[in-house]
Amino acid sequence: MTDTTTAVLLPDAATQTSAPARVQERRVANRLGDGARSLVRRPGLLLAFAVLAVALVAALWPTILTSGDPYAAVPAERMQAPSAQHLFGTDQLGRDLYTRVVHGSALSLSSAALAVVFGLSTGSLVGLVAGFFGGWADSALMRFVDVLLAIPGILLSLAMITALGFGTINVAIAVGVGSVASCARIMRSQVLSVRTSDYVEAAIAGGATRWRVLVRHILPNSAAPVLVLAALDLGGAILAVSSLSFLGFGVQPPTPEWGALVAQGRDYLATAWWLTALPGLTVVATVLAANHIARSLDSERKYAR
Amino acid sequence: MSTDRADAPLLSIRDLHVRYRTRRQVVTAVDGLSLDIHAGETVALVGESGSGKSTTAHAVVRLLPVAAEVTEGTILFEGRDLRGASRRELERVRGARIGLIPQDPSVSLNPVTRIGDQVAEVLRIHGLADARSARYRALDALADAGLDNPDLRARQYPHELSGGLRQRVLIAIATVARPALVIADEPTSALDVTVQKQILDHIEALTADADTGVLLVTHDLGVAADRAARIAVMSEGRIVEIGTPEQILTDPHHPYTRSLIAAAPSLQTATPTLISLHSAVGPASGEAAPPEVGAGAGSDHADVVVRAQGLVKDFSVPRAVEPSGVFRAVDDVSLTIRRGRTLALVGESGSGKSTTARLILRLLEPDDGTISFDGADITHLRGSALRALRHRLQVVQQNPYASLNPRLSVGQLIAEPLHSLRIGTRAERRARAVELLDHVGLPTSFAARRPLELSGGQRQRVAIARALAVNPELVVLDEPVSALDVRVQAQILDLLAGLQVDLGVSYLFISHDLAVVRQVSHTIAVMRHGRVLETGPAAQVLLRPGHAYTRELLAAIPGRDVAPAQ
Repeated sequence: MTDTTTAVLLPDAATQTSAPARVQERRVANRLGDGARSLVRRPGLLLAFAVLAVALVAALWPTILTSGDPYAAVPAERMQAPSAQHLFGTDQLGRDLYTRVVHGSALSLSSAALAVVFGLSTGSLVGLVAGFFGGWADSALMRFVDVLLAIPGILLSLAMITALGFGTINVAIAVGVGSVASCARIMRSQVLSVRTSDYVEAAIAGGATRWRVLVRHILPNSAAPVLVLAALDLGGAILAVSSLSFLGFGVQPPTPEWGALVAQGRDYLATAWWLTALPGLTVVATVLAANHIARSLDSERKYAR
Repeated sequence: MSTDRADAPLLSIRDLHVRYRTRRQVVTAVDGLSLDIHAGETVALVGESGSGKSTTAHAVVRLLPVAAEVTEGTILFEGRDLRGASRRELERVRGARIGLIPQDPSVSLNPVTRIGDQVAEVLRIHGLADARSARYRALDALADAGLDNPDLRARQYPHELSGGLRQRVLIAIATVARPALVIADEPTSALDVTVQKQILDHIEALTADADTGVLLVTHDLGVAADRAARIAVMSEGRIVEIGTPEQILTDPHHPYTRSLIAAAPSLQTATPTLISLHSAVGPASGEAAPPEVGAGAGSDHADVVVRAQGLVKDFSVPRAVEPSGVFRAVDDVSLTIRRGRTLALVGESGSGKSTTARLILRLLEPDDGTISFDGADITHLRGSALRALRHRLQVVQQNPYASLNPRLSVGQLIAEPLHSLRIGTRAERRARAVELLDHVGLPTSFAARRPLELSGGQRQRVAIARALAVNPELVVLDEPVSALDVRVQAQILDLLAGLQVDLGVSYLFISHDLAVVRQVSHTIAVMRHGRVLETGPAAQVLLRPGHAYTRELLAAIPGRDVAPAQ
């Protein structure tokens, strides 16, 4: 109770680092190494990473994977089945399908990424404002989100693309709108729970402005689930972008794009299966890989808590 | 080690080892524990969190989590080895021969089943009664466990009952089949002190009638001393000392036991401590008699930091709960906090003490009444004027596990109020954070750590450092030690008292625990149902309580019958 007891007690209390604290330290130090090790133990995840890596390389540096020209038509080599020379075969104009798929990944993936970024940022902003300010802002924004949720995603995208006009950016926005609603709802629920947490109250009692509370305390602590959702959305976005291109709302021929390639091959389905099947399988592989990685991240995050 | 009895013990644990296997390591939770419990005997297992006491209790009925593993030892119950028992054998023992009263009444009942059915279920499972007689025996058990109106209660669902009533239901479930042994795992730690006393009384009465053995797991030496025939003190998975309450409290042999007794607030005799004596005889004694401290204190304004008058706060609630649709959490509360002094606000959960604190902190808007800080009215301050007030008024919250932003480092956390109020340069703020770490007894190297890496007591020190960063005149301490182990509790209370002497800061100390309050406060205000029932100097309230409720609170403090050696 007196000064002396305080002085006597304190060194003891101060120097002892609790057991959980020490464990935690080790855990932080080991996290990277553990990540690598657990990856080796899960070949499926490793494969998913490999597929996505190849897709990314194709999108960023297509010349590493192929030296051909996606537009070079060789009439003599029309409609050839897959072979060592043409891995994915050739199309009705004699263009190498493998080269076109590789060069098409840039458009497909960038549209999908753009769509996710658009959906994530817009949705998070809507959720953040709705959750933090509450009141009529919350009501108005969330009713708008309810309306978005009521319309099926692909229908919404089609309506958007018809309104905005064709083109890559427009496809990305049209697809991104579909994930605004879910991002906004998750962000809002996170903000609502974080907003009432003790440390936010402590920050307010400590004299923080609303802006500071929002940016420094609420946003960093509510972002994680939304980011995981965005990762999960990536696969869906790739699929949606390809679907729109397949329907002819995206790039115009002869520009290669996965969905467009599938659509063009459809006319020759009976004679040249590879024209639809191989670009289609590429989409499937990429979407599965992205989903698998996102789900692993999600379960890892839940496990860590 | 055990009493001289001819008959074999009811439960005999020998050399028990339990370990937890996590993904990265193996932790030994129980390390060679041996314990006997005889029929009709209550044995208390006392220790701090992480000492392995709950693990021991759950190991007996083999209800350990999947990650836990009994590696060695025997558990003999009525001559049968429970450790090697098959699942079928265990199912015959659990509920019928051994009753378990779990810790948390809020999550331990099935929310979609009626109370009566949950009690009767035990009898039905074990084939001890048919559906009709099980219902009647369930009613009897509920009545025995101290529930008023058991006919009505049996038809209610858990969410319709308060925490204390739910705990009684759990007792009824554990005892309805007349088990030979009852394991009570912290049966009252989630409850108010007056309710705690009633619950423990009921457990005692029920088990005394039937000659039942009781294993009482508790962190509170006071509770153990009141209720148990023998106390086993546990630390780091071992029993370090075992004996009768008198032996343990008056002649402890192990240093750990001694430190536990020294720290236990409830075990200190009701003699006022240094501070409260000082306030009783010191210069501040002029503020004594009037039941409302706010009144009659107009003599020296300079001395007063905060004066709250007639505070009222209403919350809207569903009309099904309260016909008026309004719940008055704070009802005409007036308080005065003096410079460099501690005003303790004591009451049970729901008494409105935290709401009062939040009103004074201006985190909530009062519906009526005024608050003045250093003579200036702050009741309706807004915007930058309110933020300026934060310079002088800070808070330490109850739960150090929730009050620190997990994304910031300790240094950033402590400097946060400085940052928010734009005090000093970056370097100055960092230097101040290091200085404060030193003040609260943490190594300065902690500045780079995250809250996750700290223990509860260390976190609470960080929260205190954060509150002191701007040199406030008043710190509101909202249950600052109730989430901490008893020895850490004592250290934090000492720290707070030392800081008050050094810095001259005033405290508004919110607590449900009169035992803690009497160590730190100059003035005590007792709250119930949103009203202040009694206010006065600490010594007066504790020694000559004026209100019946205060006397009830004082009587409910456990461990008063057995005073330890001073």
